[in-house]
Amino acid sequence: MKVNRFLGFVSVLLLAAFVAACSNQAATNEPSSPVEAAPTDAPAIGAPVAAATEAPAPAPTAAPQATTAPAAPTASGGSTLQTIKDRGELICGSNDQVPGFGSVDASGQTVGFDIDFCRALAAAIFGDPNKVTFRPLTAQERFTAVQSGEVDVLIRNTTNTLTRETVNGMDFAPTNFFDGQGIMVRKSDNLNTISDLDGATICVQSGTTTELNLADAFRAVGASFTPAVFEDANGTFSAYDAGQCDAVTTDKSGLASRRLSLSSPEDHVIMDVTLSKEPLAPAVLQGDAQWRDIVTWVIYGLFNAEEYGVTQANVQEQLSSDDPNIRRLLGVEGELGAGLGLDNDFMVKVISAVGNYGEIYDRHLGPNTPINIPRGPNAQYTDGGLIYGMPFR
Amino acid sequence: MAQLDNKLQPSKAIPFYRNVKVLALVAQIAFLLILGLLFWWLIGNMLSSLRRSNIPLSFDFLPQTAGFEIAESSIRYSATDSYGRAFLVGILNTLRIAVLGIILSTIFGIIIGIGRLSSNWLLRNLAGAYVELFRNTPLAVQLIFWFVAVILKLPRVRDAIAIDGIFALSNRGLTLAWPVAGESYAAWSIWFWVGLVVGVIAYVLRRQQLQRLDRPLVAWPVAWLAVLATWLVSWLGVWLFTGSSPLVIDQPHLSGFNYIGGVSITAAFFALLLGLTCYTAAFIAEIVRAGILAVSKGQREAAQALGFTPFQTMRLIIFPQALRVIIPPLTNQYLNLTKNSSLGILVSFPDLFFVTTTINNQSGRAVQVILIMMACYLAMSLLISLFANIYNSRMRLKER
Ligand SMILES: N[C@@H](CCC(=O)N[C@@H](CS)C(=O)NCC(=O)O)C(=O)O
Repeated sequence: MKVNRFLGFVSVLLLAAFVAACSNQAATNEPSSPVEAAPTDAPAIGAPVAAATEAPAPAPTAAPQATTAPAAPTASGGSTLQTIKDRGELICGSNDQVPGFGSVDASGQTVGFDIDFCRALAAAIFGDPNKVTFRPLTAQERFTAVQSGEVDVLIRNTTNTLTRETVNGMDFAPTNFFDGQGIMVRKSDNLNTISDLDGATICVQSGTTTELNLADAFRAVGASFTPAVFEDANGTFSAYDAGQCDAVTTDKSGLASRRLSLSSPEDHVIMDVTLSKEPLAPAVLQGDAQWRDIVTWVIYGLFNAEEYGVTQANVQEQLSSDDPNIRRLLGVEGELGAGLGLDNDFMVKVISAVGNYGEIYDRHLGPNTPINIPRGPNAQYTDGGLIYGMPFR
Repeated sequence: MAQLDNKLQPSKAIPFYRNVKVLALVAQIAFLLILGLLFWWLIGNMLSSLRRSNIPLSFDFLPQTAGFEIAESSIRYSATDSYGRAFLVGILNTLRIAVLGIILSTIFGIIIGIGRLSSNWLLRNLAGAYVELFRNTPLAVQLIFWFVAVILKLPRVRDAIAIDGIFALSNRGLTLAWPVAGESYAAWSIWFWVGLVVGVIAYVLRRQQLQRLDRPLVAWPVAWLAVLATWLVSWLGVWLFTGSSPLVIDQPHLSGFNYIGGVSITAAFFALLLGLTCYTAAFIAEIVRAGILAVSKGQREAAQALGFTPFQTMRLIIFPQALRVIIPPLTNQYLNLTKNSSLGILVSFPDLFFVTTTINNQSGRAVQVILIMMACYLAMSLLISLFANIYNSRMRLKER
């Protein structure tokens, strides 16, 4: 009996708390969408309003409308930036298994080409490239992490595809590395074409475009293969290294990077075939145009900075440049940053922190690094490449 | 008395807010209400955030082309098949590992459990060490150990440990010679069924015979003998008649990159089976030990006094009684093994969980895919529980 009374009391308390929480949420709703805050008990008004504001399925009654409302304010109001500012740091979905692009160095620092784009964003928002937490994600985990809002942005050698933009609910920023899928084999096996690999066992990572392209490429030439599918890059490449597979496939950048951590890199070659286009691009969750614009224009800013010769070393001098392009890029002229919800000199902070696109590239992938990937398609358009910063206007 | 009660009634009427029964009812209704509201809110929240990011919530992706290969499958599957079929491949792979794992871990568990009670010092302590080692380290660690430190360290396929035409063991797995259908298989296949029918008839007849002789009704040895005899005779007959054997041995041989022919157990399957079996056997051993210890000492002494050998005592007296204590916790281990098989992703085995995460990733339908996966695991677990309950009620002491 005592227990029962206690239970009853707790239930009432819980109920009260719940009601309070609900009304609380309704209250916070009001500023952003006053129309939706009202209809809690007015089906007649609630339903049509619902149909008008939330396009897909008109809610049958007012009640579900009221319950779905709390999540709505974050919709397109551009609150991601505010959330990040309130939190005091950016959360960046990253890679920690592909040295050069994203890995953890001997001193415990997360470093790499993709990592510097995360730092650039942190610099644009906070003026500090270290106000960022890296969340290492495998290929399998990454989209769910974006969808659930666990990360603000995904910068992790992710290929831009139609499916990922639609059913995966993501929006891609400009490609920061143009890549293609390759195959790595043992030199001693003397393999040159996909047909040579007929009947081979091939290591591949699951949840990637590369596992899809692999099946396509073999089907196209009528060759068969046995896949050995792994969850992460470490598993994939250690199985290949141990000889469980005759070949391993992923983006050529990934191959170049991981080749160096094989037990004897010089015994392996990347075949001279390209299976696919792999435009690797940062991605954000769909539905927040402002946040997407910020990611997009920080990248364009980095492209432009290289084109105009603005570097980490000379960015302060360039503030007094006469070139109107540079003056707008650095916020000396115009209100471009404000349009994004950032400071007008956001690119000054970015370039001071990580340099321009070319500097980031050289630092992690350039001729003085062990990976040394030639710029190729990742050169500026002025040098015959595909890197083309949209105008800061 | 009744009169007194009636008199007291009005003045003792409890107001509803102090009536325990009413309060209990209200509390329960309120609790249910809160639970319902909570779910309503959670689901609404999920739906609205899916809508916000334009992620569809329908199952119409199931017939679409999956596009990815799966490392191994017990049914025909290729990248051009549908997501639905990929699910099926995952389910069947999980069932395959679960069934085999349950059988093997039960056998090893019983052996080790009995070993722990042995009067032989070495055996007893080895069994004890085994149990402590495997029970007290995480399964994930063990799986990675088996895969990385044992299987991957086996010789490469070109230097495989092999007897040509019989077996080959490499870090890609084990390939064994295996009988496959020969030219005259079609002619023989009817005899396969005839054999089974003969077996059933033999079983019935033998049972009747035993009943007449008033002997224990153990009819299956004769029945199986009849089946095998029919198969063998018909097989020889077909062979002599057509000049070709209905079943031929498919011998593995190295061709190009891999061994072909025979049957293969992949490295991934091998590692997972090894890991699950060793781990679960340790728990089963403890259950078996407890079950045996629960049978009173008098039973053993009585059996010995009647001249039973130790093996007979165990098989006929102790173990059947111990089973009653063993089965319920054993069911738990079977459920654990089945659910633990989802760690197959660590050793690249494409079980339901691994395939599901890939489908999730490639199709983008996180919510639907996870719902399907949960439903599948739930169904499997309930099925195992059901069988175990049926078996359990059959083994229970019939109290008259
Ligand atoms: N670009 C491809 C493949 C990207 C990918 O996941 N590559 C692998 C192999 S280099 C990787 O980064 N793995 C690291 C990890 O999973 O931690 C995609 O977007 O699907």
